[in-house]
This record gives sequence, structure tokens and C-alpha cells, in this order.
Amino acid sequence: MAEIVKTKQAIQVSKPKKMHRHLEYIKKNYILYLLIAPAVILTIIFKYVPIYGALIAFKDYSPIKGIMGSEWVGFKHFTDFLTSPNFLQILVNTIKLSSFELLIGFPIPIILALMLNQLRKSGVKKNIQLVLYAPHFISVVVISGMVFLFLSPVGPINAVLGIFTDKPISFMSEPEYFRSIYIWSGVWQGAGWASIIYVAALANVDPQLHEAAKLDGASLLQRIWHIDLPTLKPVMAVLFILAAGGIMGIGFEKAYLLQTSMNIPSSEIIATHVYKRGLLAGDYSFATAVGLFNAVVNVILLVFVNQVVKKLNEGEGLI
Amino acid sequence: MNNKIKHSRGDRVILAINNIMLGIIVLLILVPLLYVFLSSFLEPNALIKKGLSLSPSDWSLEGYTRILTDGTIMRGFLNSILYAAGFTIITVTISILAGYTLSVDGLVGKKIFMFFFLFTMFFGGGLIPTYFVVRDLGMLNTIWAIIIPGAVNVWFIILARTYFKGIPNELKEAARIDGASDFRIFISIVLPLCKPIIFVLALYAFIGQWNAYFDAMIYLDNRDLYPLQLVLRSILIQNEVQPGMIADIQARNEIMRISEMIRYSSIVIASLPLLIMYPFFQKYFEKGVMVGSLK
Repeated sequence: MAEIVKTKQAIQVSKPKKMHRHLEYIKKNYILYLLIAPAVILTIIFKYVPIYGALIAFKDYSPIKGIMGSEWVGFKHFTDFLTSPNFLQILVNTIKLSSFELLIGFPIPIILALMLNQLRKSGVKKNIQLVLYAPHFISVVVISGMVFLFLSPVGPINAVLGIFTDKPISFMSEPEYFRSIYIWSGVWQGAGWASIIYVAALANVDPQLHEAAKLDGASLLQRIWHIDLPTLKPVMAVLFILAAGGIMGIGFEKAYLLQTSMNIPSSEIIATHVYKRGLLAGDYSFATAVGLFNAVVNVILLVFVNQVVKKLNEGEGLI
Repeated sequence: MNNKIKHSRGDRVILAINNIMLGIIVLLILVPLLYVFLSSFLEPNALIKKGLSLSPSDWSLEGYTRILTDGTIMRGFLNSILYAAGFTIITVTISILAGYTLSVDGLVGKKIFMFFFLFTMFFGGGLIPTYFVVRDLGMLNTIWAIIIPGAVNVWFIILARTYFKGIPNELKEAARIDGASDFRIFISIVLPLCKPIIFVLALYAFIGQWNAYFDAMIYLDNRDLYPLQLVLRSILIQNEVQPGMIADIQARNEIMRISEMIRYSSIVIASLPLLIMYPFFQKYFEKGVMVGSLK
């Protein structure tokens, strides 16, 4: 009986005791907390304060009254955006651009890695990789500039096409070409670099597996399908969740650079809209609401994709 | 892959196709790069009429000389070096310090810290509220707007943490038994071992900043502060010619001709340094990707 009372007491004191133990730890290792402090402080200032600042999405922000002083308007800006005539077009543009980018941009590095893996001379492989990585080091401004130069009505692409047709195509002012230009210039720049991680994973495959499969008469394609691809599956799962979670957060930078007044019907996406309505037109509250809408959809999407991949990948997801 | 057992005929056909495809891919990457490089030395009129011409009369260095005499690009170049170097120092320091703390076993509050950082990767207040914070701190039109707001890079912190986890605990324990404090352990045992990760992070940070234009576009109005990428944007995307480059020319088609050359040569000036240097650092870049993939 006495013992039971004792354990009860022990359970009761355990919580404050734990707190106490933690405080002791922090006191003893305060240096560790000092080391992490700069990162924490800057994150609060530049990441968490803006989340608080996003309150202006529910207000009519006026620079004179400030964030707190401005009047609440509830979901007015959200309904304004959702009922605006170009809402559907912007949303569809965003989803189309990023999901096509994912569909094309995701498998290509994997295929590239499988192809590189077949090269037996490591010197040749190294040199090819060197070339494949190069575009990654070119800035997005220069890539876009090259796109404009190459696709201009007097540019080299039209010069080649001129053999077949006599009317030059002005690629950058036709909305129908925007998505292809965006996606394939992205593949040109990023596929080689994105293949690194798969090439490394393939290097870990035990060569004896391939030898044994060869003895059993497996063809090259069979071995790739049954040995190489399963090796890549975990990496693929993680990268796919990350990429799919970023669907709504599609890179503003290149879309904005490749946008011309003529191709806006397909190039205006949420991010460019936020920038133009917010910083260029000064419509702060409305732009913040649009951005917030985007961020929330993004989080929902990430959780959803994570669940799906978990199901397909034997319970292994990212979160 | 070693070749103890001969490939079947079908496999050899596939391997041959594979090699040809890789060859084509290499050409698809090299040809545009070479085209830009050669075009920067060619008279644009010759370029349009004859394509790549080898006759010496079509060659010219005018694009480069005009860029060098104008100075806008050179100033952008210097600004970019300053921004990239400052950003690199700050972001690498922050990442290494935070990464070390998060790598310590039994750290009280580790889960809270991780959530605190990871959360910002997936949700944020957005462009306008962030702009307000930078504005209210008086950072607009200063170098700080470029190098401070983005200095905490969660990905870098995770890279650093993963690297530190790979350092054997025995090393730290031995020092602790000898009476060394956490700080001492960090300074005299851990830091000397982490030169490779510092180097990898520094490369990523420098190149990332060198190639960025977005923060500069929203936070800087003053053209004297423009980094190289913003100068390039006005030349390549907005088709603006710097007045200093064409001050002596009146005719419209002459201006067109010169600005075409300037576009090609400015691409070369901006991209060549990195393209020449990166092969020397290739293995570090690959290492960075590897460390990150270990989770």
C-alpha cells in the first residue's frame, strides 16, 4: 500500500520534475541555444512576422493606419478574387503550368540517370555529366534572355523553320506556346542537374544483382525495370511529394521574365498576379489575400499528395 | 557496370540506341551555348543573313567594347560580387551554427525547433507582408535587403545538421570527459572537421545569390545598386539599351544592330565565369546533393 502511494507521488511530481530537468539542461548547455539564436530570430522576423502581417488580407489596409489600425473587412478580398472575371483563368494557368511541368520535368531526370548508368567508361560518363550540369549554373534571367533571342521572329529557330514555312512564328507573343517554352526551357536547364541524385542512388546497386539476373537470361530492359527502378523508388517518392507540394508555389521568377503583354492569357499565374496587383498597383490587401489563398491551397495539396504517396509506397511518406 | 557476361544482341542494340540518344542530348545542350558564344563575336547583320559565318569581315568585338566602356554591366558585376559574398558569409555562418545545435543528441526542444523551421518551408505570409517587414526595418534600397531576409535557409540548416551527425560522438565525448565545454567542443573539434560542408554551402549560397534577381527587383529602386542580373534583365528582357553604350549613334537601325550584339556579349560576360569555374568544383556540388539525400 505504501508503495502504491509512493509511485502515485512519483507520477505526480514527474511533470514539474521533467520541466526542472529541462531547465537544468538548458542552463548547462545554454551555448547551444545561443548558436541557434540567430537563425531563430531571423526566422521570426522575416517568416513569422509576415504571417501576422498577412492579417491585412482580411482588412482594408491603409498605409496611414497601419496593420492594426486598418478596418476589418472579413473575406471581402477573397470573394472579390474568387468572383473576379479572370480568377478562373489565372487558377487554371497556375495549375496547368505546374502540373505539366511536374509530368514532364519529373520523369526526365530519372530516364537520364538510367541512361547514364549504362555507360561503362567512367571517363566518358564524367564528361557527359559535366555538359549536362552546365545549364544549371546559368541564371534564370540569362536563360529567359536566350529564349527571347532564339525564338524571336528573326532568331535561329525561325531561320531553321523558314526552310519549311515562309511565315516566321512570333513564339513569345502567342499564348499557345508559352507553357511549352516555359517547361522545355526548364528541362533544358534543370534535368541534368536533377539527375545527380538518381545517378548516385544507382551507383549503390550491387553489380552482382545484375550479373545474377543476366545469368538467368534477363534482358537489359528487364534488369532496369526489376533492379534499377525499385532502387530509385524511395528517392522518387520523397522528391515527388516535394515537387507536387510545390504545384501552387510555381516559380514566379521565370514566369514573370517570359511574360509578354501578348502571351498573358496563358502566362498570368497567381504569383505574377500578386506581384502586379500588390507591389506594382499598390493593392496590398487584395494581393495578400490572393497570396494567402495560394498558400493554403498549397498546404492542402502537400498533405493530400503525401497521403497518396504513403499509400503507394508501403506507408513511407515525407511527413 | 562490368562486363563479365556478354550482352545479348538485343541488349547491344538498346545500348547503341542509348549512346546515340545521349550524344544527341549533349548536342542539344552544347549547340545553344556555342551559338550564343560565337554570336557575341559576330556582326548581327551577318548572323541574320548568313547564319554562323566564318569570314573574318563578319567578326567584331564591338559588343564587348561597348559593354566595357559603358560601365553599367561592370558596376552590376561588382555589386553582385559584394551581395553574393556578403550573403554567403551570413547564411553559411547561420546554417552551420544552427545545424550544429540541431545535431546534438538529446537537445531539449529539438522537435520544436525543427517544426519551427520546417513550417516556414510550406507556409508563409506571402510577398506583400514580407515586403512590409523589410520596408519597416528601413532596409529598402540598401544591401541589407538583399543579404538578410533570405539568410536563413532551412535546406542549408538540414544539410549542415546531417553532416554534423556524421561526426562520431566518441570524439565529442572524449573531449567532454577532458572537461571541454560545448562551445569549446564546437570550436576546436567540430569546426575543423566541417570544412567540406562549409565549402559546399558557400558554393551553393554564392551561386544562388549571383543568379538571383527577384529580391533585388522588389527591394531596390536605385539603379546604382542593381546587381548584374537586374542589369541583364533590362538589356535582355526589357530591351533597354544603356544610354552610355550607344551615346555616339543616331541611326535607329544602327542602334538595333548594336543592341543585338550587346545582348549576346552580355550573356557571355555574365555566364562564362561560372561555366568555366564549376567543373573544378563539380565534386563538391555533387557531395552537397548527396548529403541532402541522406535525410
